[in-house]
Amino acid sequence: MRLRLVGLSAVLGLCMLGYLVIGARGDWGFVLAFRGQKLLALLLVGVAIAWSTLIFQTLTGNRILTPAIMGFDALYMLGLGLLIWVLGVPAYLAIPPQVMMLGNVALLCLGALGLFGLVLRANGRDLMRLLLTGVVLSVLIRSLTGFLMRVIDPNEYAVLQGAAFARFSNVDPDLLTIAGGITAICGIAIWRMRHRLDVIGLGPDLALSLGEPGPRSRRAVLLLVSLLVAVSTALVGPVTFLGLLVTNLTYLLFPTHRHAVLLPATGLVAGIVLIGGQGLLEHVMGLTTPLSVVIEAVGGLSFLVLLLRMLR
Amino acid sequence: MIRIDAVCHGIGGQPILRDVSLEIGKGGIVALVGPNGAGKSTLLSLIARLQPLQTGRITVDGHVIGQVRDDVLARTLAILPQHLDVASRLSVRDLVGFGRYPYHKGRPTPQDLVRVDAALAAFELDDLAARALDTLSGGQRQRAFVAMAYAQDTDYLLLDEPLNNLDIAASRGLMHRLRDLARQDGRTVVIVLHDINYAAAYADRIVALKSGRVVADGAPGAVVTDAFLRTVFDTDATVAHVQGRPMVCV
Ligand SMILES: Nc1ncnc2c1ncn2[C@@H]1O[C@H](COP(=O)(O)OP(=O)(O)OP(=O)(O)O)[C@@H](O)[C@H]1O
Ligand SMILES: [Mg+2]
Repeated sequence: MRLRLVGLSAVLGLCMLGYLVIGARGDWGFVLAFRGQKLLALLLVGVAIAWSTLIFQTLTGNRILTPAIMGFDALYMLGLGLLIWVLGVPAYLAIPPQVMMLGNVALLCLGALGLFGLVLRANGRDLMRLLLTGVVLSVLIRSLTGFLMRVIDPNEYAVLQGAAFARFSNVDPDLLTIAGGITAICGIAIWRMRHRLDVIGLGPDLALSLGEPGPRSRRAVLLLVSLLVAVSTALVGPVTFLGLLVTNLTYLLFPTHRHAVLLPATGLVAGIVLIGGQGLLEHVMGLTTPLSVVIEAVGGLSFLVLLLRMLR
Repeated sequence: MIRIDAVCHGIGGQPILRDVSLEIGKGGIVALVGPNGAGKSTLLSLIARLQPLQTGRITVDGHVIGQVRDDVLARTLAILPQHLDVASRLSVRDLVGFGRYPYHKGRPTPQDLVRVDAALAAFELDDLAARALDTLSGGQRQRAFVAMAYAQDTDYLLLDEPLNNLDIAASRGLMHRLRDLARQDGRTVVIVLHDINYAAAYADRIVALKSGRVVADGAPGAVVTDAFLRTVFDTDATVAHVQGRPMVCV
């Protein structure tokens, strides 16, 4: 496993190097700074999505549900829509994006803890019920957002629309510092929880009898998941299937329950998929298809495959 | 000492336990018997705080259930629930290793590893140690879970139908091991059994539940009679006596 981790790190290093230098022309200082910023954003998004998905799957005891499928990012968009609707576009645009993002993050945490806390408490780890509730919830939240989009005026609509689609190629640089800060804090918290996460993965009864309090760890995990989802959604918009793709690739490569291995591994896999993919599309193939479309297509297919395998 | 005081429990308006009071002293094997749906599993999960207590009070060695910290209780009391579903990618050794988690919180010491090896050996799992749980037979899996609770090395051990799926050798082996724990180390074992003969042979005390009430309580020789089987289980099996022990003729 250690060997594989080292190998993955090397691949990620190559991807990063390739992303920075392939096809670069002109002023190197400018190119590196420009691309470096995007690289950093992609890494942040990769880690945020990978780790939020991994710990969510550990909490719910399955490998198919992800925060995105359950509607976490839809909730983020709903919060954003509500803010735009209440404040109006001029006020919304006048507020510094960092403050905006913090407000959004707070909203999402509250919403997610309330809503998904309830859903998890009611359904435990019953996968089918969770899946159904999650899908219904996310459709509900998405239609609420859609409804909001229709009642607000066209200017507001355009602003919200702009935020509602995944885009890996133009990340808002204003948000990088704050997103980096939140990701770092969550990352440290999750890494310190790695042994507890192993136990949480055993399911509520065994975890509790080994001394891991159920409701407390559920709240902690949900809070961390919401923070990380907020970070990635604010940076690149909603991505539904990336988390699923990345965690399941990791489970294939690393057949273990230990988060001390799984955490770095998912982070590396996510970095490789995002940076390698974006580098290929942007610098080698000349950006004809957005990476998000490719990822959603592949991820969506693997979701179907996993579901079919589970039902069999 | 486990002290259960006037515990009532209901689910959706349906009474499951009605005013159960019990004292279980330190050391010894207490067998909990009773028909299906009597409330045995519910009672165990209340003691092990797997379900929140509704009314009444339970203390374990002075720790009040519902107030004591979960990690403190995890070093005092271990439970093997009746129904377990655990991610199958775990190996047997990993699973048993989790029994030591309350002590090392993720960083096992050499002593912890020794304990895990001892637990594996005690339940004849050495050969299976590296196997994934989902490749095991039902009885092998059951043994792995019992070994995990055993590795937790607590003064109180609650086992919900641990003999499920076990063959006669494994069943007797487990009961002997529990008797050693109770006699030599002064541990307290509360065990749900359906086979009255095992209860009569190994337990120091039998407590019978029916419809959420304690309906019999005492030494096996005194409790297990024809009348007991008729009133508690509504069955007309008879009791014979072999080697001074009651034995149900099925
Ligand atoms: N989640 C639940 N919802 C509704 N009723 C429940 C629930 N859990 C248990 N019960 C009911 O509570 C009663 C006691 O259940 P419990 O599992 O404690 O029985 P038991 O004595 O362990 O039975 P068994 O020998 O079959 O394991 C049963 O009538 C059962 O139907
Ligand atoms: Mg039961």
